Amino acid sequence: MSRDVAIVAFAQSDHRRHTDDLSEVEMVMPVLHEVQRQTGLKAADIGFTCSGSSDYLAGRAFSFTMALDGVGAWPPISESHVEADGAWALYEAWVKLLTGEADTALVYSYGKSSPGSVRDVLTRQLDPYYLAPLWPDSVALAALQAQALIDAGETDEPALAAIAARSREDARTNPHAQLPGARPQGGYAVQPLRTGDCPPVGDGVAAVILAAGDRARELCERPAWIRGMDHRIEAHSLGVRDLTDSPSTRLAAERAGAFERPVDTAELHAPFTSQEVVLRKALGLDDSVTVNPSGGALAANPVMAAGLIRLGEAAARIHRGESDRALAHATSGPCLQQNLVAVLEGETHAR
Amino acid sequence: MPGKEPVAVVGIGQTKHVAARRDVSIAGLVREAALRALEDAELTWADIDAVVIGKAPDFFEGVMMPELYLADALGAVGKPMIRVHTAGSVGGSTALVAANLVSARVHRTVLTLAFEKQSESNAMWGLSLPVPFQQPLLAGAGGFFAPHVRAYMRRTGAPDTIGSLVAYKDRRNALKNPYAHLHEHDLTLEKVQASPMLWDPIRYSETCPSSDGACAMVLTDRAGADRAPRPAAWVHGGAMRSEPTLFAGKDFVSPRAGRDCAADVFRQAGVTDPRREIDAVEMYVPFSWYEPMWLENLGFAEEGEGWKLTESGVTELDGDLPVNPSGGVLSTNPIGASGMIRFAEAALQVRGDAGAHQVEGARRALGHAYGGGAQFFAMWVVGDTPPTG
Repeated sequence: MSRDVAIVAFAQSDHRRHTDDLSEVEMVMPVLHEVQRQTGLKAADIGFTCSGSSDYLAGRAFSFTMALDGVGAWPPISESHVEADGAWALYEAWVKLLTGEADTALVYSYGKSSPGSVRDVLTRQLDPYYLAPLWPDSVALAALQAQALIDAGETDEPALAAIAARSREDARTNPHAQLPGARPQGGYAVQPLRTGDCPPVGDGVAAVILAAGDRARELCERPAWIRGMDHRIEAHSLGVRDLTDSPSTRLAAERAGAFERPVDTAELHAPFTSQEVVLRKALGLDDSVTVNPSGGALAANPVMAAGLIRLGEAAARIHRGESDRALAHATSGPCLQQNLVAVLEGETHAR
Repeated sequence: MPGKEPVAVVGIGQTKHVAARRDVSIAGLVREAALRALEDAELTWADIDAVVIGKAPDFFEGVMMPELYLADALGAVGKPMIRVHTAGSVGGSTALVAANLVSARVHRTVLTLAFEKQSESNAMWGLSLPVPFQQPLLAGAGGFFAPHVRAYMRRTGAPDTIGSLVAYKDRRNALKNPYAHLHEHDLTLEKVQASPMLWDPIRYSETCPSSDGACAMVLTDRAGADRAPRPAAWVHGGAMRSEPTLFAGKDFVSPRAGRDCAADVFRQAGVTDPRREIDAVEMYVPFSWYEPMWLENLGFAEEGEGWKLTESGVTELDGDLPVNPSGGVLSTNPIGASGMIRFAEAALQVRGDAGAHQVEGARRALGHAYGGGAQFFAMWVVGDTPPTG
C-alpha cells in the first residue's frame, strides 16, 4: 500500500436552522458543483462516488437515492453509500483509491434536521430493547458525560463556557457557520449543559474530492495528503464505558500516525463543549494546537455532514497554507461511541 | 506500486432463514451467522481486524444505525466498523467494501455481515412513508417492478408461463438448501400457475418471501488463505454501478448500470464468454421474471433470448448454466442480507461446499445483487484458484 491520496477540494453549504424551501437534492447540487468547479472535474471524470446520510433524519427509506439525482449519475457511475456521517464515506472512498481501482473520488454527505426533533430522532439509534424505549435524548446523554467529567475534576462550567465562547468567536470568520459570534450561555438545557454548550440544530451539506498521486498535484496547488486514517468503535452501553475518556479516539489516532509528530491544527467533531474536553485529553492536544478554527460543530452541526466538514475544514487550511499538519476527527453514536481520525499534511516545498 | 492483494473467502455462515426469529434479538441473529462464519474459517473474534456490516433501510427494523448497538455482539469493540447501505444491492456492496480493505492491504482479515430482521417491523410500511412532492413507491416493490416485467414480456414475446418455470425451479432448488426459508415440498408447477395474482403479471408464488436472516463471510489475504482449514473462494473481480431512479429514456427492463457493472466484473475476471466460462450464477431474482431479464442484462443471453434459456432448462441445477441453485431470493429474502447470500452462495459453489445444491465441477461463479428502482448493482466473480496477474 504505497499510494498517496489527498483531499484536493472541499465545499459546504451555508448551514441554516431551516431549509423548508429546499429538497435534499436542491441542497446537495450547488455544493457538488462547487467542488467540481474547484477541480475542473465533471461527473464523468470522477472514478468513484460515495455518500453518507441517514434515512431516519430524512424520515423515509432509501432517502439517498433521490440525492443521487444531484450527482447526475448518467452514464452510470461506480458508487456507494454509508448510513453514517460522510467522514466514513470518505474513509470508504480512500480505501477504494488505495486499491488503485480509481484515481479520483467524490464524497458528499447531507442532513436535514429541521423537519423533525433531532433530539428525539437520535434516541432511535440506541439499543432497541433496553435503552430506546426510555427515549433518553442526545442532550441528556451528553449531560451525563459532562457531569462525569465535572465529578472527575476534568472540567467545570466556566471552562465549558470558555470553549463555547471561543468556538463561536472563531466562527465569525467562517461564512458558512450557523452561529457566528458570541451567544449567551443561557440556562440549563440539561444540567450541567447550558444552551451555549449545545450545538445548533440545522441543515447542511458538505463535499470533498479525493485524488491519488500526480492526479492530486494536477488538481490542487497544495493537496492535503492523507498520511493516515483510522476509526474505532466502543461498546454501545454507556454503563460499561468510562465517559470521561475516549480510548477509541486515542487508538484511531495512534493507527493514523497522529502521535508521530505534533500537529499544528485539529478539527474536532465535538457537538458539545464537554466532548472537546474528552477529545483533547484522548489526543493529548496542548495549547500550541489550534483547535476548531472553523468554530467546529458548536457553530454548525448538520448531522451526518458535520464529521466530513471537520476533514474538509482541516484540508482547506492546508490548501490555503495556514496549516502544514492537521488532525481531523469525526464521531458517531451516543457520547462519542465511534471515532475517526485522519492526519493531513501539506508538502513543505509548496508556497 | 505493488499490485492489489488477492482476496480469499475462507469462512461462510448463515442463519436458517425464517419468517420470524422470535427466539433471538437482532444481536442474537447477527451473532449466529458471524459465529458460523468464524467456525467455518476456524478463527476467533481476535483474528478479525475490522467489521463491515450492511442492511437495507433502518425503517425495516425501526432502529436507526443499528450497527452502533451491534458493535458488542459482533466483537467489534476496539475495531473499525463500517455500515454500508445501498438499497437492495447492499449485501453485495458490503462484501465489496470489505474485500477492498483486504485488497488495499489496510486490513488482513475482515468479517463482513448483512442482515434483515423483517419481523421487527413491516417492510411494506417502511417503503411507503409518504414524502411530499415525491413519487410514491406504489404499494411496495411488487407494484414498482410489475410494469417492467410486463414491458419485458411485450418486448420479447416471451410466453406467459416463463415466470412460473423460474419460481418452480427456485423453490425446488430451495428444498436442497437447509438454510432456505421456503421449503414447499408439495409445490407443483400447476400450483404456482394457479396462485393468486398479486401485481399483474406477478403471482403470489412468483414473489419473494419476507424473511429474518443474516449472512456472514470472513475475507482474508493470501497468507490468511494459506492457513485456512478448507478451500478458499478467490475474488476475481468486483464492481458496483448506480444510475438515477427515474429519468427520460431509462431502460427499466435492462438498465445500463447493470450491463456496465457486468462488463466491468467480467473484464476484471478475464471472462469473455460468460455463458461458457461461468459455471454457476446466484442472481438477485425477487420476482420470477427477473431471471430471464437479468440473463440478458448480464450478457448470458442475447437481447430477447433470455427466456429461452429458462424455458429449455439451461438454468436448472443440472443445466449448463445453473441459476440460483440455492433457491435464490424467491425462496429466502432477508432483504439487506439477500445480496450477500448471493455472493456467499457463489463462493460456496466454487469451494465445492454447497452440499445438496452443489453444481458439479463449479470453478467460477457470479454473485449478483441489485436494488432501488433497478438502479444499484453489485457483482463479484469468484473462482477456485487465486486470480492471476
